[in-house]
Amino acid sequence: MHELAITEGVVEAVTERLPDARISCVHLEIGAMSGVVADSVRFCFDLVTDGTNLEGARLEISEPSARCRCRDCAAEFEPDGPIALCSCGSADVAILAGSELRIMSVEVA
Amino acid sequence: MCATCGCGDDAGVRVYGPGGHAHDGHAHDSHAHDHDDGAARTVMLQQKVLAKNDRLAEANRAWLLERGIFAVNLMSSPGAGKTTLLERTAREAGAQLGLAVIEGDQETTLDAGRIESAGAAVVQINTGAGCHLDAAMVAQGLHVLEPRPGSVVVIENVGNLVCPALFDLGEQARVVIASVTEGADKPLKYPQMFRAADLVLLAKVDLLPYLDFDTARHAADLKSVSPRAEILPVSATTGEGISAWYDWLRQRTSAPR
Repeated sequence: MHELAITEGVVEAVTERLPDARISCVHLEIGAMSGVVADSVRFCFDLVTDGTNLEGARLEISEPSARCRCRDCAAEFEPDGPIALCSCGSADVAILAGSELRIMSVEVA
Repeated sequence: MCATCGCGDDAGVRVYGPGGHAHDGHAHDSHAHDHDDGAARTVMLQQKVLAKNDRLAEANRAWLLERGIFAVNLMSSPGAGKTTLLERTAREAGAQLGLAVIEGDQETTLDAGRIESAGAAVVQINTGAGCHLDAAMVAQGLHVLEPRPGSVVVIENVGNLVCPALFDLGEQARVVIASVTEGADKPLKYPQMFRAADLVLLAKVDLLPYLDFDTARHAADLKSVSPRAEILPVSATTGEGISAWYDWLRQRTSAPR
């Protein structure tokens, strides 16, 4: 359940950047291949923000899909699930998108 | 709790040095405050969630590199044989490698006791509720351990094939143990963990005659998630393949002995 630590990291980062602001909404980007489950972050969020300047804030999560490029045949494709296999059979792929785990912005009340 | 920023996520973390003495230090990077005037409704942050951990990991990496220390992040599921492998490594190659160990477990100092008995310097980190080590804990561990320049530090992560994959500790290499008793399908079930592996140790191979473990399928599945990872079959019980593991470590240490 690393999502608890991840969510604590979000709250800590926002509090550090905006220590005196009352936060009403947090926008996160959690890619399909980031290894983080967005629903688990949602589950933890209220618990973790309790008593902080993010208490009561909404959580908006965008979940970019994955995009890979095969290093063997140079094809670009969207992997089917967490294992990125090119249709040419190669597993030697570069992940172009989907590994994002970012705090995009916050809304200040 | 950290008095500077009030973060409490590592409040349950304890670090035990040699002899079981607890240290309650709190490694922390400087707090970069970016005060907002409060007028803007939306504040763009565009910041990686793990930015702080990544920063601390880079500081650990720089600290280790300055001293010519080769650090390994050793990960596996619970019971795969991380500590057993390290006990044998400490006994047979510990002195030559200058092996020092950071042990990560949720609770107890049992593993540190085993490594100490095997003759290596060790620090135990108990993560409490935490399911993984992070770079701040390792910074504390290194501070207590004081590994000597040119040595090998193995950071034995909390037994878990999921969470530790996300947290850079500042290591130079990631080694994942897959034991044959766990079944051959683990690379496909935990791709995040195996994708980041530099080396996979296929452990407990002395038990292969008693198991229905398809080594070819395991190797093929591993290749499908991590085409570059090496595999070394080892048994810490019989010693099979173990010298290849010592060689792998030795080749990566820089200091003359």
